[in-house]
Amino acid sequence: MAALWWRRLPGLRGAVRGLSGKKEYDLLVVGGGSGGLACAKEAAQFGRKVAVLDYVEPSPQGTKWGLGGTCVNVGCIPKKLMHQAALLGSAVRDAQHYGWNIAQPVHHTWSVMAQAVQNYVKSLNWGHRVQLQDKKVKYFNMKGSFSDPYTVCGLTKGGKETIVTAENIVIATGGRPKYPTHIAGALEYGITSDDLFWLKESPGKTLVVGASFSLECAGFLTGIGLDATVMMRSIALRGFDQQMASLVTEHMESYGTKFLKRCLPTKVEKLESNRLQVTWKNTELGTEETDSFDTVMWAVGRAPDTETLNLETAGVKTNSETGKIVVDASEATSVPHIYAIGDITEGRPELTPTAIAAGRLLARRLFGQSSELMDYDNVPTTVFTPLEYGCVGLSEEAAVQCYGSDNIEVYHAYYKPLEFTVAERDATQCYMKMVCLRESEQRILGLHFIGPNAGEVIQGFALGIKCGATYPQLMKTIGIHPTCAEEVTKLHITKRSGLDATVTGC
Amino acid sequence: DYDLIIIGGGSGGLACSKEAAALGKKVMVLDYVVPTPLGTSWGLGGTCVNVGCIPKKLMHQAALLGQALQDSRKYGWQYEEQVKHNWEVMVEAIQNYIGSLNWGYRVSLREKSVTYLNSYGEFIEPHKIKATNRKGQVTYHTAETFVLATGERPRYLGIPGDKEYCITSDDLFSLPYCPGKTLVVGASYVALECAGFLAGLGLDVTVMVRSILLRGFDQEMAEKVGAYMETHGVKFIRKFVPVQASMPGRLKVTAKSTEGPEIFEEEYNTVLIAVGRDACTRNIGLETIGVKINEKNGKVPVNDEEQTNVPYVYAIGDILEGKLELTPVAIQAGRLLARRLYGGSSTKCDYINVPTTVFTPLEYGSCGLAEERAIEEYGKQNLEVYHSLFWPLEWTVPGRDNNTCYAKIICSKLDNNRVIGLHVLGPNAGEVTQGFAAAIKCGLTKELLDETIGIHPTCAEVFTTMDITKSSGQDITQRGC
Repeated sequence: MAALWWRRLPGLRGAVRGLSGKKEYDLLVVGGGSGGLACAKEAAQFGRKVAVLDYVEPSPQGTKWGLGGTCVNVGCIPKKLMHQAALLGSAVRDAQHYGWNIAQPVHHTWSVMAQAVQNYVKSLNWGHRVQLQDKKVKYFNMKGSFSDPYTVCGLTKGGKETIVTAENIVIATGGRPKYPTHIAGALEYGITSDDLFWLKESPGKTLVVGASFSLECAGFLTGIGLDATVMMRSIALRGFDQQMASLVTEHMESYGTKFLKRCLPTKVEKLESNRLQVTWKNTELGTEETDSFDTVMWAVGRAPDTETLNLETAGVKTNSETGKIVVDASEATSVPHIYAIGDITEGRPELTPTAIAAGRLLARRLFGQSSELMDYDNVPTTVFTPLEYGCVGLSEEAAVQCYGSDNIEVYHAYYKPLEFTVAERDATQCYMKMVCLRESEQRILGLHFIGPNAGEVIQGFALGIKCGATYPQLMKTIGIHPTCAEEVTKLHITKRSGLDATVTGC
Repeated sequence: DYDLIIIGGGSGGLACSKEAAALGKKVMVLDYVVPTPLGTSWGLGGTCVNVGCIPKKLMHQAALLGQALQDSRKYGWQYEEQVKHNWEVMVEAIQNYIGSLNWGYRVSLREKSVTYLNSYGEFIEPHKIKATNRKGQVTYHTAETFVLATGERPRYLGIPGDKEYCITSDDLFSLPYCPGKTLVVGASYVALECAGFLAGLGLDVTVMVRSILLRGFDQEMAEKVGAYMETHGVKFIRKFVPVQASMPGRLKVTAKSTEGPEIFEEEYNTVLIAVGRDACTRNIGLETIGVKINEKNGKVPVNDEEQTNVPYVYAIGDILEGKLELTPVAIQAGRLLARRLYGGSSTKCDYINVPTTVFTPLEYGSCGLAEERAIEEYGKQNLEVYHSLFWPLEWTVPGRDNNTCYAKIICSKLDNNRVIGLHVLGPNAGEVTQGFAAAIKCGLTKELLDETIGIHPTCAEVFTTMDITKSSGQDITQRGC
């Protein structure tokens, strides 16, 4: 209501502006993560006066970190590095097949890995601070909240207050992991991804509750030799192609990760040994089960970080269900000069590159005379589970829903990476499929790939899809030999034919 | 007797034969490996399977795993410091895999009712060949159409001692003993890839180069490939050519400078000659039936339907004049040829923008034009080159080679900033490049690259955020994030 009022009475707005005088900054960004920093730095390139507020509220376990946001500190970066540590464990095993003599035993020390990862992350925090300085962006390590639509009050850890006013404000405060507070002991005894990457000591026998990010975590924990279990309520990787999701979890099972499917935790208690006793309900069997773990990690979703922002004062509308900020195609909120980007926005992918792109384009539209809007279509992603899954475009079920199964053609193949042969590795779940329209042109709607280096494989094809690639065009593309990616250019067996989709490389 | 006889059971020949058989034709494939001077031979499948792509990539993988072992310690893995590589274990594993491929091909041909003869084929009159097997037994066969797919074999230097004491890639992949201290002569991708993985396995490796590296490839990228190898322990002797290989005790190589009177002498355990490959077209009776070849290099000129000057004789693969020597190209050409001959198709093989990857220690993938070729064809003022250095995330923890990996795209200003050349130097270059090759085939432009969201964190995403042009002269050194 307040927002509409402001919009319909520009005169009044102008009067108010006149009242409070010229704003200190052209742009204030609240949140120094992927989106926020990209936006701030781009705006500064146009010679604008820019300020960034970033503050990390410690996790319930007390973990906190520096400038850079989720991706750098508790997301993509440490996740991929720990995934790499796990992959290297497999590499050590493979190496022996390739002639390398490695004396047993081989074991992994968490603290060496954690320290190396944490040191690298800290160097990135530092790098970001230097970059902001270089680009003359003012940085406040303060928690921001709106005192009026053009004013944000920043609070330091020590309680010091600073008032910042700006012509344009961008909210990019991201999200934080959710705690299932209805479960007894969840908050006191459980950790989340916020804590996992900063643990100084090994998490030991771990239970990861959740069905998406949990897979990546449980995956690398298994890979470094820990006993890891995933507890899922229903399906894995909700929103992703479900055939691919099954292959991902199937692989993890053969890899050594334990799964408790269709189970709901009911309570977490601390034992004398300091271990955690978790009790859960097996909804399929209707039984109650229990086991003890060293660590319980909640990965049941993330909630937008808007509580302390005081959005109502500014008049910024949020989605009543998700709590995320509602924006239009130009990233504007219900208040014209207030924008929002990144994980905090409703209906957008929660990915670093989209936040960065949105932030950059926004800055260019505000200060660079650009009118280019973000294209959220066909955004490629990769799930960094032990066997990686990369995809772009529609899942098979979404394509069927959109066009009808008679109007789509799915080409697929089970392949074996050359490197797996000598290493005697199981390639059962190495699979790819291309979902195309069936009509003459056969435009590609979606591409899904499970295998090593899935991100590297998919990226270029995402470009192809952006160029409107069709199945015939892909077939005209010559493969690079020997790679896994070349199999995409050789896909020829359709699901419809019912033929065996196993292909041999050469 | 046959609809189609194919001479050569390699990537191209086999693909063509299987496609033709699937279209209901009576097909025969002849495949025969003349042993190397040292006596090395191999089974059905051609160069790629036996002495090319496959064993090469597997040995490259073995070397990469050596690097992975070093990295693993930084990621918390602990095991005894002393890690040595056992050549024989690796060769046995690789040869076993190749053996399974040879077997697989034989089964596949049988299943598709393609007649396979392990015999040397030569033309004796139009439409007729003579086939001689290992035991010397001779048979004769006729066909309506023939396809030449005999491929190539490594060239020797033509200096005293080369055939007696030196080996080539034909011998390397099944060498029963560790090559030890090795001299690689040549600067082709074969030379650099072999030198690269030998060094990665812990051997003392030197590369002797007459002039430039990777002739025909983008030279800026070629130099970077070489520079990385040098930083990682491969020795280079540039502007020298060997003049003699002798064995007074150990294997001794004498070389001469290309620029002066300087002489170089050194002893090695192994000398690997990788100075190029010659087409196997000289002794198969082509003169008898009038098929013209390029006398200089033995290659066969064909039209855009792979037809030679003799209408019923076609040629595919490495022996083609002016075409790329790549397995996927041969396979594609072979398949499409069969479909045109017997399937009523008119689709020709598209040789434009064929992507490739050089599997050196730091891999180099490319699609489209080299920068110097682009400048030649379009003029420097009509091009914009975007470039970037990048640091693979996986290299940060072990602190490896920052500001070494490199990517560039060459865009044509005359055509909407269309991407006419893409080059990347980094890990998994082949996996990165493949998708972009498809995009280039669909008319990729710089704008589309900018509009596409990257996958994070990967190396490939570097192409979606390239801002700096060469013409701006701006520094592309990466600092932190």
